[in-house]
Amino acid sequence: MNVEPFIVLSAILFTIGCVGVLTRRNAIVVFMCVELMLNASNLALVSFSHANGNLEGQIAAFFVMVVAAAEVVVGLAIIMTIFRTRRSASVDDASLLKY
Amino acid sequence: MTAFWILAPVMVLAALGLLFARKAVHAAMLLAVVMISLAILYAALDAPFLFAVQIIVYTGAILMLFLFVLMLVGVDASDSIVETIRGHRFASILVGLTFGATLVLGVAQASFGTVIGLDDANEGGNVPAIAEVLFTRYVFAFEITSVLLITAALGAMVLAHRERLTPKPTQAALAAQRMRDYAATGLHPGPLPPPGVFARHNAVDTPALLPDGTAAEGSISRVLAARGTVKSAPELAEDIKALTGEDSTTEGPAHTEGQS
Repeated sequence: MNVEPFIVLSAILFTIGCVGVLTRRNAIVVFMCVELMLNASNLALVSFSHANGNLEGQIAAFFVMVVAAAEVVVGLAIIMTIFRTRRSASVDDASLLKY
Repeated sequence: MTAFWILAPVMVLAALGLLFARKAVHAAMLLAVVMISLAILYAALDAPFLFAVQIIVYTGAILMLFLFVLMLVGVDASDSIVETIRGHRFASILVGLTFGATLVLGVAQASFGTVIGLDDANEGGNVPAIAEVLFTRYVFAFEITSVLLITAALGAMVLAHRERLTPKPTQAALAAQRMRDYAATGLHPGPLPPPGVFARHNAVDTPALLPDGTAAEGSISRVLAARGTVKSAPELAEDIKALTGEDSTTEGPAHTEGQS
């Protein structure tokens, strides 16, 4: 089983996530795109682990998942707090530091 | 490789849908498609433990959290994909394409050597093998992870907690306020009228009728009215006419003009 297609797919998914973070305005969708990027990197880690025949890559992917779970919890709590004060989940509206 | 060639187009299409979905809930569903497909790819790559963790943690916990927050936040103008800064989207797509092209070209030029496969490493089962590495070489990182999780849980509780600044209004105070509102603005002090005097289909989208035949505004949810799914009484009368084939000269509140 060749590993290159997996790495290319991972690169494509990472790019799509990156464009999503840059273009979408809803903070929650931006967050989903970040998750997509994390998942893409996980796929690369797991396929490298398969290619090299040791489990270190899978351990790294496991740690990425744990950190992603913690990040989602805190990030969504921040989005909720911002929504509560500004009544909007748009990333354009939280611009107080600009002025 | 069959699983890969079936799932890869699905995943790329679902991920692209994440960019173009107008509603955040649709984006969450497409993300679920990507994550479940990824889990199957992990299984194909000899990682059964990560297959289970991916489904349980990502599609089970994280996506549910996303949907829960979406439900709390609701739909607002930020869901639209109209650009606010001129040329912003063009520049982002340009940056993205450049980045992607660089990545894919770099990967294409590298050589990964022969694939060894995990058959040797997974000798006594994948989970015991992972546990052995995790609890020997990475045991310190694993312990640090627990600190991270506790901190995240505490942080979420602190961020989501809201201190009550004013005392909770009692039932007597609420009643007095209702009567004051009635005296000041004529707001009806009683409960709102229930919807659906014609319980023909989904009665919550049918307004109740007042004695003079007009629709009672308060009897339907504001959300339904904003969505435009409210059936007005004359429309239902048209349906009845079409079903029975009768000429509708009968008297009734359903034909009164002035519906909202």
